[in-house]
Amino acid sequence: MGRMTFVFRRLLLLVPTVLGVTIITFFMIHLIPGDPARTILGIHATPRAIAILHREWGLNRPLASQYWLFMDRLVHGNLGTSLYYGVPVAGLVTSHLPATLWLICYAAVIAIVISVPLAMIAASRKDAVRDHIVRAVPLLGLGMPAFWLALILQTTLALKFRLFPVSGYGTGFVGHLHSMFLPALTVAIALCPVVIRSLRASMLNVLGADFVTTARAKGVPGPRLFVRHVLRNAVIPAVTVLGINIGFLIGGTLIVEQVFQVPGIGQLMINSIFQRDFDVVQAVALVFGIMVVLVNLLTDVAYASLDPRVRFDR
Amino acid sequence: MSAISLSAGTGSGDSSPQVAAAERTQPRRHHWYRQPALMAGIVIIGLILLAVIAAPLLTHWNPDAQNLNATLSGFSGRHWLGTDQEGRDTFARLLYGGRVDLQVAFIAVLFPFVLGTILGSVAGYFGGWIDILIMRLVDIVVAFPFFVLIIALVFVLGPGERSIYIAITLVGWVSYARIIRGEILVAKRQEYVLAAQSGGLSNLRIMGRHLLPNVITQAIIYAMSDIVQDILAIVTLSYLGLGIQPPTPDWGTMISDGQNFLTTHWQLTTIPGLAVVVTGLGLSLIGDGLADLLRPGQ
Repeated sequence: MGRMTFVFRRLLLLVPTVLGVTIITFFMIHLIPGDPARTILGIHATPRAIAILHREWGLNRPLASQYWLFMDRLVHGNLGTSLYYGVPVAGLVTSHLPATLWLICYAAVIAIVISVPLAMIAASRKDAVRDHIVRAVPLLGLGMPAFWLALILQTTLALKFRLFPVSGYGTGFVGHLHSMFLPALTVAIALCPVVIRSLRASMLNVLGADFVTTARAKGVPGPRLFVRHVLRNAVIPAVTVLGINIGFLIGGTLIVEQVFQVPGIGQLMINSIFQRDFDVVQAVALVFGIMVVLVNLLTDVAYASLDPRVRFDR
Repeated sequence: MSAISLSAGTGSGDSSPQVAAAERTQPRRHHWYRQPALMAGIVIIGLILLAVIAAPLLTHWNPDAQNLNATLSGFSGRHWLGTDQEGRDTFARLLYGGRVDLQVAFIAVLFPFVLGTILGSVAGYFGGWIDILIMRLVDIVVAFPFFVLIIALVFVLGPGERSIYIAITLVGWVSYARIIRGEILVAKRQEYVLAAQSGGLSNLRIMGRHLLPNVITQAIIYAMSDIVQDILAIVTLSYLGLGIQPPTPDWGTMISDGQNFLTTHWQLTTIPGLAVVVTGLGLSLIGDGLADLLRPGQ
């Protein structure tokens, strides 16, 4: 199977997954106990307001017809109207999306910058003390609540030492870099244990490969061997690991955005939960789901194109 | 904890003569008590469990009892970790809060474990359309970031413990299903399964008595890291006000309550956070140690 056929087949597989994502987000409204419209609008809602919401969501129609209405609106770019802001949800989501994308990319870069040297230290001598330390310390990050770490970093580095702004998104490229450092670091620290672990494993694999033995036999010095031969071949799996963990990465941004008041879709979702703004929560969940599906596709395709050893006939 | 590791150890043990011989000749470091990570994890979690279970013996304070005359007091002989903004003893709340969080997390991990194991076994054993259907469903649920779906589900179901269990089950089963399906796909081609099939045993019996004991190990190892995820989900939900509801003490609510006093009374937020981190570390060490112990070849 050729590369194009692989990409085409992968794109075809995307269709049922994306449809499934829409079905799950659609069904969320039916998980609301009792009458969703009444629950969302609260006990003081007027019968008229409830009736309007019923009509808008099509709650009085059969289930299939409701889903059809949902999809019809979706393909026309209509994600509903925010109950709290009174504006179309699609506009709200697109205006909040850049901050989240910034945070995700920034966190991924920081995670790579932290993980690559640590994984190199660990892999340089398997089972040595430094290997055990590099493997054990990140375990602390696995069980660390992101919001708690965010609060601690905010209090120490921002409030006490005044190195970074306490909150916000900043303006301009440098402003974003400065303001978003702490949020991105928080997300990156949660991600590092996973990346370090797989990077170390793939480096150990590469270190055992014949071409490394040949390079060693030729007398290539240690550092040069690591950078030219090992790192280059171990980075592809690391990028793949980031791609696979994109869901984890995105999930981490949600609460961190809330603590640092970053105006992204994560914060929009949390705020909308407090305001019981159902359409917005539903739309953000949908956007996050589709984002993960797309990144997974890109990772697969990028991996297949970058690594000549990947065969396309799975 | 040691009970879990021991039972998992027998689960991996196959009764075939080759495996028995391999077990006899395996290096001594593969004994469970010779795994430093596993031992450290068992000690940490053992101490934490002991502390939260023996909470009434360790503190005489009621975690919910307010004393508005003694709010925000620092460390003292009377209140070891001080009191919060409502004059409640922080140490008592820490212990009783841990009790709630750990109990909910340990129960919450069971439902997805069972559901995922059943669906994964069915998908892997029968294959065909039922496999395609279950794995498509897995792909769809996996598409959502864990926290996004959990928070959205608890939001629509309404805050509280019941919603936490439902949300974690609906989202968490997929990993177990994937693991078990993969293992069953390999195991079902082994001679002992073929022998059982030709012996005319029912599919249910083959899956339950012959396949599951041989493949469940991987799911148990995963469950250890999954509990860490669940604890994080529970404290995060409680921090947002969607999880354990006040006045029941829990670590997430404690962090949330203390954050307004972070610059003046750092301990109110820092200590419950550290409790989560140490618990997560202990469980991760157990997971790592179990993986080393039960998958020595990798």
